[in-house]
Amino acid sequence: MEYLKKYPKLFQWLFLLIVFFALCFAIDVPETYKFIRGQAEFVKDPNQSVYFFLGKEVRYYAFDVFWRLPPLLGWLPIWINDSLFFLMNEWMPMEFWNEDTQEFKTRPLLLEISRNLTSFMTFLIELIREILLGGLETIVAFTSWDFIDAYPWLELPGLPWTIVAAGAAILSYKLSGKGLALFAGLTMIYISIFGQWKPSMQTLSFILVAAPLSFIFGLGLGIAAYKSKRVEKALYPILLVMQTMPQYAVLVPALVLFGVGDHAAVIITMVVAVPPMILLTILGLRAIPPEVIEAGRMSGCTNWQLMFKVLIPTARRDILIGVNQVIMVCFSMAVISAFIGAKGLGFNLLLALNQLNIGLALEAGLCISLIAILLDKMSLAWANKQTDYFGNLTFFQRNKNVIFFAVSFVIGIIFAYVGTFIFKGSFNYLFEIPHNKGISTADFWNRGVDWIFDTFFVYIKAFNTWLIQDVLQPMRALYLRMPAVATLVLAVGAGYLIGGIRSALVVAALTLFIALSPWWDRALVTLYMATFGVVISCLIGFTVGTLCFQNKKSAAFMLGVCDIFQTFPSFVYLIPVMMLFGITDTSVLIAVIVYATIPATRYTIEGLRSVPVGLHEAATMSGVNKFQRLTKIEFPLAFPHMMLGLNQTIVFALFMVIIGAFIGTEDLGQYILKALSDKNGAGIGLTLGICVAFIGLIFDNLIRTWVGKRKKHLGID
Amino acid sequence: MSETVIKCESVYKIFGENAKKMLEESNGNVDAKTFQERGCIVGVNNASFEVAKGEMLVVMGLSGSGKSTLLRCISRLTDATGGKIFIEGQDLLELNNKELIELRRNKMGMVFQSFALLPHKTVVENIAFPLQIKGTNTEESISRAMEMVKLVGLDGRENYFPRELSGGQQQRVGIARSLAVEPDIWFLDEPFSALDPLIRKEMQDEFLRLQEKLQKTIMFITHDFDEALKLADRIAIMKDGIIEQLDTPANIVLNPATEYVRKFTEEVPREKVLIIEDVMDASSTDNLGDLKVSKDEIIENVAEKILTQEKLVGVVDSNNNIVGSIKPSKIIDTVFGARKNGS
Repeated sequence: MEYLKKYPKLFQWLFLLIVFFALCFAIDVPETYKFIRGQAEFVKDPNQSVYFFLGKEVRYYAFDVFWRLPPLLGWLPIWINDSLFFLMNEWMPMEFWNEDTQEFKTRPLLLEISRNLTSFMTFLIELIREILLGGLETIVAFTSWDFIDAYPWLELPGLPWTIVAAGAAILSYKLSGKGLALFAGLTMIYISIFGQWKPSMQTLSFILVAAPLSFIFGLGLGIAAYKSKRVEKALYPILLVMQTMPQYAVLVPALVLFGVGDHAAVIITMVVAVPPMILLTILGLRAIPPEVIEAGRMSGCTNWQLMFKVLIPTARRDILIGVNQVIMVCFSMAVISAFIGAKGLGFNLLLALNQLNIGLALEAGLCISLIAILLDKMSLAWANKQTDYFGNLTFFQRNKNVIFFAVSFVIGIIFAYVGTFIFKGSFNYLFEIPHNKGISTADFWNRGVDWIFDTFFVYIKAFNTWLIQDVLQPMRALYLRMPAVATLVLAVGAGYLIGGIRSALVVAALTLFIALSPWWDRALVTLYMATFGVVISCLIGFTVGTLCFQNKKSAAFMLGVCDIFQTFPSFVYLIPVMMLFGITDTSVLIAVIVYATIPATRYTIEGLRSVPVGLHEAATMSGVNKFQRLTKIEFPLAFPHMMLGLNQTIVFALFMVIIGAFIGTEDLGQYILKALSDKNGAGIGLTLGICVAFIGLIFDNLIRTWVGKRKKHLGID
Repeated sequence: MSETVIKCESVYKIFGENAKKMLEESNGNVDAKTFQERGCIVGVNNASFEVAKGEMLVVMGLSGSGKSTLLRCISRLTDATGGKIFIEGQDLLELNNKELIELRRNKMGMVFQSFALLPHKTVVENIAFPLQIKGTNTEESISRAMEMVKLVGLDGRENYFPRELSGGQQQRVGIARSLAVEPDIWFLDEPFSALDPLIRKEMQDEFLRLQEKLQKTIMFITHDFDEALKLADRIAIMKDGIIEQLDTPANIVLNPATEYVRKFTEEVPREKVLIIEDVMDASSTDNLGDLKVSKDEIIENVAEKILTQEKLVGVVDSNNNIVGSIKPSKIIDTVFGARKNGS
């Protein structure tokens, strides 16, 4: 009884667990139950039950409601699909003038908007692509094919790679200094001589369109949310869901709305890249000291002047960090968008992975990683760069970067011209190195992979079998063995114990959505993979973080490593694991672990670092040893921050599990991948994406609520 | 007294929902406690006063006393919940946004505790900022800003960024910026509170020198009673949103209106605050000795001279007319006597 009074929370949790397990044992597995491999709503089976809702027929396998809830939301994907179809093809038909046929044509409004948007985006991408690579689409867009036939010299020649490389180096020098300039130059040279120039420039042109547009929209919406509480409240749930929604899942509706190709990818990239920009804009504007705003107003600023002359310049750094985020999201989307036909590095990578040509994939992946690091470092350098006074500099000093670029431009053109004489009859290597003419190390890597397989096959196989048979399969079976009601009770109970009624209700709503969707089993598989990944990641991350924290240098080094790894688009992680473990669940899980360990490590170090110096000194003066200091002072204080790390780890793990579907898993991601190649997939893809997002949000809600309370309790903020 | 520039009539500022309604219901009898129970926080409670042209009113109070809120009501950075505020006869609360901007661009300048400089602009650009906002062309605004740079003694640093300056230097920029448009009314919100004691004293002297030259109408906020005594023509002491006493420094020291005010005055060295006029005897002008002192002299400066006298010392005004007398023993009373009562 005394213990009960002393640790009431502990007993509440114990009680919850007892109820959970009691439910698990009380509710038996129905005899007819089996894991459904096909998609229930498309397989006609006499054993299925059927119900109609809003005119939609929903088929499903019925079980005891305690075991699995019936998919009462099964109509939602079908309904979303039909609505989209209706909006695109039937809603608001209007007369539109058609340039080509010179007559009015009746078309649905949304379709016309989508077409116009699409052609505008295509034009922008082509324009930049042709500046970088050459071509004639842009000229044709303004004139006609006949015109270009008559004047063939009008075709854009494209920039020689030497000029682009010099440009990148000079820009890096201006933003950061010699180190980054060297890195930029080497990266560009690497890309070029390894024959990755064309896909790289295609990807770059994609980013050059998507990033500025996302920036403008994000900044605009961020300002609107800063100024009006109502806008912020309206945006908040969308921002929240978008943060945990796998980028993969948003591709599917884009397919329906905008079709296949770069343009659709750009538009959908904006949908993903705008939310972080909005968040950082709001954050930056909120962080401005109120006195600066008052100073602006006392200077007699109008609202417009206040925003653009005082607020935005003052919040410059946060806004530019937003730009950094936008660029990185755009880049990772540029890779993933290969699934809906965007050209570039992602496409090559996807192709290589599909052919199991690991060497080629590795080259493309390295290229992607180098560009990612370069873009990240450049945009961060821009954010951290402080304006300098240049009024007293000479004309040359002020414009030296422009002059250098002009000089290298001329030199590049001369080189390219000279190249036409040197490489007569073959390819002009000083202009552009074609894809198949660069150096390729693919064979070397492929042989390496073969060698690894030949040499270590037995061990890898043994490890694989052990992991799958003795760990993963039982774990999966356990997760699937949970009756839906028991899971609900556990989730809601946890919500109530952590955050009271409010949290319980939020968690209940999120869980119910998943439980009532047709994919509860799939969600459980996703959850099991994510849990496995998160547990191992946290073990590694917390240990590595704690060890690295013992020394200032190693801590800084580790944070740097985390920074670099975090810039890689998630897709890249699949390459090395496929190289070593082939196409198995093990590969996916190892990719998940590697990817999710980044935030776990980073937040551990950051959390331990944030313990105030005064406390360290106080502890030392009370005579604690290193171990005591760690357990008695640093861990308790850093724990809330480490829990935020856990939150991020879960989100990262979910992302990777979903992307892992590419290798072949049986979770929600598999269906998302399927939906991509299904013309009726939009509704399914979106609903699946929301399901994944909700799994993330359940944990997000619980962890954040707990951290908030804990921080308040400890008096840290 | 010359013309009134700032005039407040029963100004209230109450934070919270329904503040306006609750104020109306209370009929001007605002009790902070009952308001707080209903979720409202009283910032300024029934403030009425006037500031004359060229006068420096120092509002003194501890943190949370509502002094900054009062200043923000008068500069209309926040809207007062009730009462009337007149700036040169104009009803401030009736102004529309455009008129308010005009007023701020031409009549008002403000200095902030944390300097509030724009981090992306140089010293001279920061100072030129209000002018450029107003629409003055670049050349003119920069040359005007350069004059201000000289005025506050920052020549040679005009192209520095705020991050490259010390606190005192940053506040000089803040002062120069607030003066760039040549405002008539100058608001200073704890301008020297964030500075080191030595720099603070230096800045106070500098400020007095500037004010002697410029003769602005000033509202100066501080939590430092010594600073208030040193600078003020009149001091308003605030507590919990209420102005406890508004008077000249001498009167506040000699006749504190409330217990709260008296606590502040206890430790104040009177000889540094009071002038001869405050302690002289205006009725007896006979039997004077040879020594004459000016009535505006601070006691500390002439105490030694007076104390060596045996006869009454004559007090003269600026035209050298005798207006009163002072006994040497009165000086001793003033310096030591009051302290005895106080403690």
